[in-house]
Amino acid sequence: MSIKAEHEIHQRRKGRNVGVGLMLAAFVVLILALTFVKITGGDFELPRVEETQ
Amino acid sequence: MTDVSYQQTAQTGEASLGDYFALMKPRVMQLVVFTALVGLLAAPIAVHPVVAFASILFVAIGAGASGALNMWWDADIDGVMNRTAKRPIPAGKVTPDEAKVLGFALSGMSVMMLALAANLLAAFLLAFTIFFYIVIYSMWLKRSTPQNIVIGGAAGAFPPVIGWVIATGSMAIEPWLMFALIFMWTPPHFWALALFMKADYHNAGVPMLTVTHGRTSTRKHILIYTVPLVILAVGTGFTSIGGPVYLATALVLNAMFLKGAYDIWRRDEAQAEADGYAVEKSFFKLSLWYLFLHFGAILAEALLPAAWGIWA
Repeated sequence: MSIKAEHEIHQRRKGRNVGVGLMLAAFVVLILALTFVKITGGDFELPRVEETQ
Repeated sequence: MTDVSYQQTAQTGEASLGDYFALMKPRVMQLVVFTALVGLLAAPIAVHPVVAFASILFVAIGAGASGALNMWWDADIDGVMNRTAKRPIPAGKVTPDEAKVLGFALSGMSVMMLALAANLLAAFLLAFTIFFYIVIYSMWLKRSTPQNIVIGGAAGAFPPVIGWVIATGSMAIEPWLMFALIFMWTPPHFWALALFMKADYHNAGVPMLTVTHGRTSTRKHILIYTVPLVILAVGTGFTSIGGPVYLATALVLNAMFLKGAYDIWRRDEAQAEADGYAVEKSFFKLSLWYLFLHFGAILAEALLPAAWGIWA
């Protein structure tokens, strides 16, 4: 039986790492989108001091 | 799978991503996502699509986390029952410790993220749901009382309430009607399953009603619990989340459900054995459609006025 450089376990590990990487990237995009919606949606509006002057 | 490969997999923890996903009970997550989404869309306050998407995702992750914790806690009985023997832990693909760590990590993450994406009340309800499912149902009720799924059913009933609170940030009577619908539906649904899963729960030592009170009593309980469910489901049609579409759907489904429960009550074990539990299996199948279509009708009632506004 020959020794294979690429064992089935390596493929499984690679698949898992790629999957976790993609999920983390998607999470970053989601947080970015959520932050954008929150700060443009009026939740974090600062008081308009200049209008009173 | 050989013994050698089993040990290697279990010891090295080289499970695939799909194995971890299976730990999160994806079919239960589907129901959670759907009912939470209906709760969110039926609420009178509109939510930004990104906030809605993120919030429902975190609710789904919280549900998946509680599924992983349930599989960690119940690994011993899952291995005994035919229905659950192929789950990742009894199959040797994921270790119990991995499931525990994944479950706790995702629980904490989902609750914190829901607090940030939506509001603190929604996050508290999600945390309470996870606590209820793991501690009250899995750790306490499931192995100690035949009322396990009657009370434990509350865990599965919370998602529409969470969905509503994501949108409104406060409580109202309507989401609790949706809660009650799932809560009342759970016992007949699981008892029908217990009738045709036969020896599974007995072998695992889980005190389901079929084990503690016998099959004849379980048949009677299905009918008894179906009557208030029918009254509640049809009565909801006259509230603000109901309407003509919901009422028509509820009348048809509840007539069918009541007929199914009556047929189960009328039969004995000899008749059920003779036709391979055909009536019990069809009642169980109907129960899945029952819940899906009731929530589909609530969703239709919430969305149709907006759609009519577009067509007008």
